[in-house]
Amino acid sequence: MTAAARNSAETTWRRVVVAAPYLWLLVFFLAPFAIILKISLADPLIAQPPFTPVFDESGNLSVTADNFRFLLTDKLYAITYLRSMFMAGATTLLCLALGFPMAYGITRSTPATRNLLLMLIVLPFWISFLLRVYAWMGLMNSHGVINNSLMWLGVIDQPLALMYTDFAVFVGLTYSYLPFMILPLYASLERMNLDLVEAAQDLGASPTKAFWDVTWPLARPGVIAGCLLVFIPAMGEYVIPYLLGGPEALLIGRVLFDEFFVNRDWPLASAVAIVLLLFLVVPIVFLQRSQARDMEHAA
Amino acid sequence: MIEQIDDTTGFIRIRQLSKNFGDFVAVDNVDLGIGRGELFSILGASGCGKTTLLRMLAGFEAPTSGSIEIDGVDVTRQPPYERPVNMMFQSYAIFPHMTVEKNIAYGLQKERVPGTEISTRVEQMLDLVQMRDFRARKPDQLSGGQQQRVALARALIKQPKVLLLDEPLAALDRKLREQTQFELMNIQDELGITFVVVTHDQEEAMMLSNRIAVMEKGRFLQVGKPKEIYEFPSSRFVADFIGTINTFEGVISHKGDGEMRIDSREAGTSMTALGDIGVNVGQSVCVAVRPEKIFISQSEPDNDDDTRLRGVVYDFGYMGNLSLYRVRLDSGKIIQVSAQNRHRTAERTIEWDDKVWVSWRPGSAVILVS
Amino acid sequence: MRRHSRFVLSALAFGYAFLYIPLVLVIVYSFNDSRLATVWGGFSTRWYGELLRNEQVLDAAFLSLRIAITSASFATILGAMAGLALCRFGRFRGRTVLSGMITSPLVMPEVITGLSLLLLFVSLQQLIGWPGQRGFGTITIAHATFSMAYVAVIVQSRLRSMDESLEEAAMDLGGRPARVAFDITLPLIAPAMVAGWLLAFTLSLDDLVIASFVSGPGSSTLPMYIFSKVKLGVSPDINALATLIILFVTTGVFAAWFATRRAANRAHTNRA
Repeated sequence: MTAAARNSAETTWRRVVVAAPYLWLLVFFLAPFAIILKISLADPLIAQPPFTPVFDESGNLSVTADNFRFLLTDKLYAITYLRSMFMAGATTLLCLALGFPMAYGITRSTPATRNLLLMLIVLPFWISFLLRVYAWMGLMNSHGVINNSLMWLGVIDQPLALMYTDFAVFVGLTYSYLPFMILPLYASLERMNLDLVEAAQDLGASPTKAFWDVTWPLARPGVIAGCLLVFIPAMGEYVIPYLLGGPEALLIGRVLFDEFFVNRDWPLASAVAIVLLLFLVVPIVFLQRSQARDMEHAA
Repeated sequence: MIEQIDDTTGFIRIRQLSKNFGDFVAVDNVDLGIGRGELFSILGASGCGKTTLLRMLAGFEAPTSGSIEIDGVDVTRQPPYERPVNMMFQSYAIFPHMTVEKNIAYGLQKERVPGTEISTRVEQMLDLVQMRDFRARKPDQLSGGQQQRVALARALIKQPKVLLLDEPLAALDRKLREQTQFELMNIQDELGITFVVVTHDQEEAMMLSNRIAVMEKGRFLQVGKPKEIYEFPSSRFVADFIGTINTFEGVISHKGDGEMRIDSREAGTSMTALGDIGVNVGQSVCVAVRPEKIFISQSEPDNDDDTRLRGVVYDFGYMGNLSLYRVRLDSGKIIQVSAQNRHRTAERTIEWDDKVWVSWRPGSAVILVS
Repeated sequence: MRRHSRFVLSALAFGYAFLYIPLVLVIVYSFNDSRLATVWGGFSTRWYGELLRNEQVLDAAFLSLRIAITSASFATILGAMAGLALCRFGRFRGRTVLSGMITSPLVMPEVITGLSLLLLFVSLQQLIGWPGQRGFGTITIAHATFSMAYVAVIVQSRLRSMDESLEEAAMDLGGRPARVAFDITLPLIAPAMVAGWLLAFTLSLDDLVIASFVSGPGSSTLPMYIFSKVKLGVSPDINALATLIILFVTTGVFAAWFATRRAANRAHTNRA
C-alpha cells in the first residue's frame, strides 16, 4: 500500500511497530560495535574493566592505535587471518561440491520424497551443533570407529592421526555448514523450471552443456547466497578448530577468544574483531544486496 | 467526443485526476462524472491505468493531483476505511481463516453495529447471494464462483454509496460468466447502488453497463453508452478495440446534402457515407464498417445507393450461428464479413475461392479522423 | 518419476550418510557398558541413570530451557514486527538501517556478536549499574537479539507470498491498520511465527560461543557444560545426553512434519 491518506491512529501504529525492533537492535546490536571500536583504541590494564577509558581524568582524548599497529606488524596475525580465509574458502567449495548435487537431486525428486529429503537435511541442524562435532570426535580419534574399521579391514596397520589435524577441521566445518549451503541452493533450483534443461537438450545440448548453459546461471543466486552463508560465519569459527584442530590450527575466531579470555587483553581482542569485520564487510554487503535483489525477483 | 460533466451526473465527480509513479504517468488528468445508481464500466487493455484509477477511488493510492467527490463530499484525502466505498477485489480476497458468515459480518463489526442487527443483515445477504447452505464453510472449501458471491455479499452488506468491481468476471468460465453477468445486473438494479466496473473484456462491458469509458495510456478516449461507442466510435483505437472493424483510408471528394463521398484507393472505389461532421473536402479520413453490416452474396446486389465491391473468399469459419468470411477485394485489401446462418440449406453455400460481392448501406459506415 | 543420474544418486547417498552416521554411532555407544568408547562392553543404560543423578547437568539444562523459552518469545514478537514493517510499510524513515540491522546477525561470526554484547554489558554496568550479575538476563537478551533476525526472515517470506489484497479488503471494509494487523495479518502469519519461535528456541538451546561471552560465574548453560566435558575428550555420559537430545529433537521435527502433512491433506479433501 503506497502512501495513501492516513490519520494519526495509523501513524502511531506504524511508529510503534518500527520503533520496537529498531531501538532494540540499535542498543543491543549496533551500539556494541561502536564500543568495540572504542575499546580497540585503548590500552590494556590490570583492572576491572581491563582497559583505559576513552577520556582520562583531565578529559583529554586518550586513544592509541597500538593495538592495530601490533596486529598489522605481527606476522602471526596476518598468517592467521589468511589461514582463516583459506579454511573458510575451502569449506565453502567443499560444501558447494557436495551440496549442489544433493540440492539438485532433491529438486528432481517426486514431491512426496522431496519433503522427506528436505526434512532430513534440516534435522541435523536442529540437533545441537556441539554434539554433532562431538560425534565426529568419536569417529576420528585414534581408537575411533574409522580407524578401527580401517584396521579391521586390513587397510592400515597403525591408526591414522585424524584428530587434531587440518583435515579434521575441514570435515567438521563441512559437516556443520552443509545444510546452510543446501537450503538456499534448493530454494533457487526449485524456482527454476525443469523444462528449461529438457528444452536445451532438445535443441542439441549434451547434459553437461545443458547444465553449464542453463542450470548453473539460473542457480547462481542460490549459489551466491549459500557460499556467503557458509564463508562468513566460517571465518570466525571457534568451536570446531578448538575441538578438532591441532595447535597449529590457529584460526582467527580462536585467537580472538584466547586474547579475550586467556590473555585478558580486551583492547587487542577488540582490534582483532574490528579487523575481522573489515574483512567481512564486503561479503556481508554483497549478500544483503543479492538477497534484496533476489526477493524482488521472486515477488 | 468526451462527454461533458454536467451536474445531473455528478454523484461521483472526478476532476483532473492524475497519478504518476516516478516518470511513468498512469492516470493522465482525467475528468469524469458518474450518476447515482449507474452501472459504469472502465474498459481498457492491461496497463492502460484503469486499475490505478479504481484504486484511487477506493483509497489505496493517493492521487498526484486532482480530486474525487462522492455525493458532494471530497474524499480525496480519506483513507479506505473511512470512505463510503467498497471494493470487490479481482482475487476476491476472502479471509481464509474465517467462515463465510464471519467474512460477511466483518465490515459491520468494524462499524460497531450491534450483534443482533449483524445477524439479521447477514441472513439477508446470504439469501441475496444464495449462499445460505454454505455459511459455515471456509474459503478453501468453496469454488471460485461461490467465493465471488461471498466477496460481493461482504461488500454490499455495508450499503456503500459506490461498489467498485475489479475484473469481476475474469476468473469465471464462460457459462458461469453469463449467469453472473445477469445476477450482477439484477442485484444492482434491486439495490440501486452505483457500480464502477473495471474490465478488459469489451463484451462484458457492453453487456453490463449503462455507460462505458474506453481508457488508453491513462486517458479516456471515449465515454458513452455501449451503443454509441460501438456504432459511432470516435477514433480508430476505439473502433478497433471494441469488436472487429474494417477500415479504408480515403480522401473526401464531395460533401453536401447530409452525405459525403470518399475516394479510397484501398477499397478501389469511391464510397458514400452519411453524416455531417466537421471534415472538409480534400481531408484524409478513414471509413470504418463493422463486419455484420456488410452483405455478402454471389450475385450482384441491386441497391444502387450501397457501396459495392467485388472480391474472392480468402478464408471462412463456420461458427454455428454465424459464418465469418475473409474476402480479398479486387483492390487487394482483405476485409472481414460476418453473416448469420439463417437458412439451413441455402442455395449453394459460399466457400473458398468463390467470387462474391460485398456491399453495405451508406449509413453503416462511420468516418474517423484519427 | 524422473530418473536421477548415477552421479546425483551417489552424491545424495554419500551426503546423507555423511550427515547421519556420526549421530547413529553416538546413539549406539550411549548404550555401551564400557567406559572406553572404543571397546564394546555390552548393552547398558547406566549412563542414562548417571545423567539423571547429575545435578550440574540438570541445573544447566533447566537454565538453558528458561533462557530458550524467554528469548524465543521476545525474538518472535520483535522479529515479527520488523518483518511486518519491512514488508508492508513501504518506505519509511530508518528503513535501510532497520533492514541492515535485522539481517546482519544472520551471518555475523558468533565470536564478534558475543564479544560486542559483553563489552556492551560491561559498559552499561559502568554507566547505569546494570547488569550487576551476568547470567540469565544477559544471555536472554543476547539470544533474543540474534534470533530476531531469523524470525524476521521467516515472517517476511510468509508475508511476501500472502495476498496483500486480503489486508486491503479488510481496510476497505472499515478496519483500521492496527485492527487489520490483529484480525487478518496475525492469524495468517501465525504458522510462520510458530516456526520462527521454534527456530529461535533451538538456536538458543544450542548456542555456546555467545553464552560463554555474556554469562557470569554460576550461570552455566547446557552447551557450556557439554563443552567443558568434551574438551577433555569423548565420554559416555555425554553420549547418553546426546542421544536424549537427538531423540527429543527428532520426535519434535517428525511430529511437526506429520502435523503439516495432515493439515495440507485435510485442506485438499475439503475442496467443494
